[in-house]
Amino acid sequence: MVSNFGFGALAITLVVSIYGIFAAVYGARKNSLAWVESARKAMLLTFPLISLVALSIIYLLVTGDYQVQYVYNVTSSTMPIYLKVTALWGGQAGSLIFWSLLLSAFASAVTLRKWDRDREFLPWVIVVALVTLVFFVGMSLFFENPFVRFWQTAGGAEAVAMFRPAGATDLAPFDGRGLNPLLRHPGMIIHPPMLYLGFVSFVIPFAFAIAALVTGRTDDRWIRVTRRWTLVAWLFLSLGLLLGSRWAYDVLGWGGYWAWDPVEIAAFMPFLSGTAFLHSVMIQEKRGLFKRWNMVLIILTYSLVIFGTFLTRSGVLSSVHAFSQSAIGPLFFGYIGITFAVSLALLLHRWNALRSEGEMHSLLSREALFLLNNLLFMGILVVCFWGVLFPLISELFTGQKVTVGPPFYERSTGPLFAGLLLLMGVAPLSAWGHSTVKTLGKAMWKPFIVSLLVPVLAFALGVRAPMAFVAFWLCGFVALITLYEYYRGVAARHRKNGENVFLALWNLMGRNRRRYGGYIIHLGVVLIALGIIGIEMFQTETQGTIPPGGKMSLSGYTISFDKLDIFDTADGRNVARAVVSVERDGKALGQLYPRRDYYYDSQQPMTIPGVRSTMEDDLYVLLVDWEPISSTGVTFKVYHNPLVNWLWLGGFVFIFGTLVAAWPEKEPEPVRVSAVNRKTTSPGVQSAD
Amino acid sequence: MSLTLKKNITRPFIALFAGLLLAGILFTAAEAQNPTPTDNEVNAVAKQLYCPVCENISLDVCPTTACAQWRTLIREQLAEGKTAEEIKEYFVANYGDRVLSTPPTRGFNWLVYILPPLIFLGGVFLVYRVFRSMKTRKPEKPVVPPAEPVDLSQTDPYLAQIEAELEQHRKHGQ
Repeated sequence: MVSNFGFGALAITLVVSIYGIFAAVYGARKNSLAWVESARKAMLLTFPLISLVALSIIYLLVTGDYQVQYVYNVTSSTMPIYLKVTALWGGQAGSLIFWSLLLSAFASAVTLRKWDRDREFLPWVIVVALVTLVFFVGMSLFFENPFVRFWQTAGGAEAVAMFRPAGATDLAPFDGRGLNPLLRHPGMIIHPPMLYLGFVSFVIPFAFAIAALVTGRTDDRWIRVTRRWTLVAWLFLSLGLLLGSRWAYDVLGWGGYWAWDPVEIAAFMPFLSGTAFLHSVMIQEKRGLFKRWNMVLIILTYSLVIFGTFLTRSGVLSSVHAFSQSAIGPLFFGYIGITFAVSLALLLHRWNALRSEGEMHSLLSREALFLLNNLLFMGILVVCFWGVLFPLISELFTGQKVTVGPPFYERSTGPLFAGLLLLMGVAPLSAWGHSTVKTLGKAMWKPFIVSLLVPVLAFALGVRAPMAFVAFWLCGFVALITLYEYYRGVAARHRKNGENVFLALWNLMGRNRRRYGGYIIHLGVVLIALGIIGIEMFQTETQGTIPPGGKMSLSGYTISFDKLDIFDTADGRNVARAVVSVERDGKALGQLYPRRDYYYDSQQPMTIPGVRSTMEDDLYVLLVDWEPISSTGVTFKVYHNPLVNWLWLGGFVFIFGTLVAAWPEKEPEPVRVSAVNRKTTSPGVQSAD
Repeated sequence: MSLTLKKNITRPFIALFAGLLLAGILFTAAEAQNPTPTDNEVNAVAKQLYCPVCENISLDVCPTTACAQWRTLIREQLAEGKTAEEIKEYFVANYGDRVLSTPPTRGFNWLVYILPPLIFLGGVFLVYRVFRSMKTRKPEKPVVPPAEPVDLSQTDPYLAQIEAELEQHRKHGQ
C-alpha cells in the first residue's frame, strides 16, 4: 500500500519534472513570463513530491515491512529506530532518492530567491536542475526502485517485482538482513548527508554557468550570484570528507584515516576541481581573466559530482564484469558523457564572448600564482581520476586485474600537495595585476627567517628524516606568513584607529570576510597537513600475542593485557572486549577497551579500536584475535600515530574559516561613509609598513 | 686393568661425542624453531600485498578469514626461509598482479605511470603559453595598478556596496 503510494509519487515527480523542463524552455524561447512561472511552480512542486517518496520509504523502514526488498536489505528488527530512519541512505536505491530530495530542496530554494536583476537566468537554472532531477528520479523509477517487493509465484518460486505477478502471493521474510555494521556509526549517519549536500549544491553554480552560456550573459554575474552557493557546497563537501576520514579512523580498524580507496577518491575529485574553481573565479572577478577556464572547471565539477554519486554507492567500477552487469553503470556514464558534451558545446558556442578582458603582466602576480594553483589541483585530479579508472581499463584491454593502491597516489600527489602548500603561503602576499620579487620578498622575509627555526626545533625534538624537515618547515612557513598577515592588518587598525587588538581583529575580519575567512581556512589546511605528516611519516606499529598480565611495548608506551570479556548485547551483537592498561615511563595512563563486535543479523564482525588520544600522539590498540579460553592469550595490534589529532583540529579550523567566508554580509553602509573610513582605516598590505 | 683404563679413556670420548650430538640436535632444533616469524615480520610482508578478494585492502589489516589464511601462508613461507620478494612472487603467480599494491612496470601497465605526468606536462605547457603570450604582448597602455602594488581585493567590498546601493536606488525609483 505505502509502497504503491511512494512509487506513484515518484512517477508523478518524473512527469512534473519533465513538464517543468519543457515549460521553462518554451517560456525562455517565447519570452513568456507565465510559462517560466509555471516551470518554477513545477520545480517547487517536486520538493513535496519527493518528500512523500522519502517519507514512504522511511515509513516502510521503521515499520519493518520486509516484503520490500530495500527494507529487507538494510534493516533488521534489532536495529534502533534512528538507524532505521537513516537507513534511507544506507543502500543504493534509498541513496538515489535521498540525492533527489536534496537536489529538489536546493533547487527550490534557489528558485525562491529574488530574480529581479537576472531574470533571464531563471528558466535555464530550472532546466539544468530538473534535467538532473529527471535523471535521478528516472534511475530510481526504472532501475533502482526502492519499492520492489518479494513475491511467491504460483509455481512456488521467489520473485522480485514492483507489482504482484499474476497469481503470486506476498512473501515477507521474517526479519531483514540488517544494515552493514560498518554503517551503524554516528559518523556514518551524518557523513553521507554532508557529502551529498556538497555534491548537490555544486549543481547550483553549474546551473547558473549553463544559464550564462545559454543566455549569452557571460559577464561575471553568474559567479557573483553563486559565490555563496559554491562556498556552501564546498563546506559540505569538506565536512563530508572530514567526517568520512574520522569514521574510517574510528571504525575501520586499520590505524589510518584515508586509504585512497576509489570511493574516497570519488568524493575527493569534485572537491579538487571545486577548490580550483573557488580560487579561479576570484581571478575572473578581480581581473576579468580565465572566463573559459572557469566554465571548464564548473562543468568538470558537475560531471565529477555525478561520477562520485555513482561510484560511492554502486561499487560497479570494481570490475568490468560488475559494470556490464549493472544497468545503471552504462546509464551513469552515458549521462555524464552527454551532459559533459552538451556543456562543452555550449562553451565553444560562446568561446569568443568569453575572451579575457585583461591580460597577465607578471609571473608573480596573484592571478599567475592562482593559475599555478589550478595547475597543481588539476595534476592531483588527473592522478586520482586515472588511478581510479585504470584497473577497469586494464581489465578491459588485457584481461588482467591490477590494484592501484596508496603508494601510487602518495608518490605522485605528494610533491603536488607540497607545491600547493607553498603557493598557499606565498600567493596571498602577491598583489593582483603586478608583483615583483622585491615586493614579495619584502612581504615575506620576516616570516621566512622565523620559519627556519622550525626545522631546528624539529631536530631538537628528535626528528631525523630529511623529508620531514622540509615538510615541517613548509607548514611553519605558511602558518607564519598567514599569521603575519593578520598581525599586520590588526597592527594597522590598532595604530590608525586606536582599536584594541580584539576589536581590530574583529573589524578586520568583518570588513573582508572572504579574505580573512580564506586565511583561516589556510591555517586549517596547515594543521591538517601537520596531522598528515605525523601519521604518514612517523606511524609505527607492532603486533603480538600476550597472556593476561603480559606486556607489549611501542614507541615508549607499554600496554598490559588485564582481561577479556565476551558477552551478548540486546541489539544482536556478540562483543569481545579487552581491558588494557597503558603506561609510559612507568607512569600509569589509564585503560583502553579495544573490542570486536560480531553482528548476528548481518554475520559481520567489526573491530573497534581503543584509542588514547592527545595532541602529541594517539595510541591506537586493536583487538585482533583471542584464544577461546581467554587465559591463553590475546593478540593485539598497536599503532602509534604521532600528531594525528592536529588533523581533526585543523578540520574544525577549516570549517570555521569556510563559515566566516560564506557568512552573509551585513546590510551595506552607505558608500559615502565607507569611502571616508577607507582613507583612514584601510587595513592590510599597503598600510602596514 | 687395561680394560678399565680403556674404559676410563673411552668414557670421556663417549661423553664428548654424546654431548656434541646432543648439542647438535639442540642446535638444529633451535635453528628450526628460531625462524617462527613474529606477527610483525608477517605484517611487514602482508602490508605490501593486497587482498585478492576484498578491494583495496592490504593483507595486514584485512579482517576476513581468507586473509587470515593468507597471513598464515606468509608465516609458513617465512618459516621456510623465503624472502619477502619470493613470497610476493608466489602470490603474484597464484593470484595475479592485483595482489601488488601498484601495477608492475611492464607492458600495458606503463600507461598508469606515464599518462598523468604527460597530461600534467601538457598543463604546464598550456600555462607556459599563457605566460609567453603575456610577455610578447607587453602592455601598450599601463596596467591598472602600476604605481603601487596595492591589493585590489581591498576595493572590492566598496564596489559591491556601490552596486548594492545602485540597486536600492533603482528599487526606490520604481
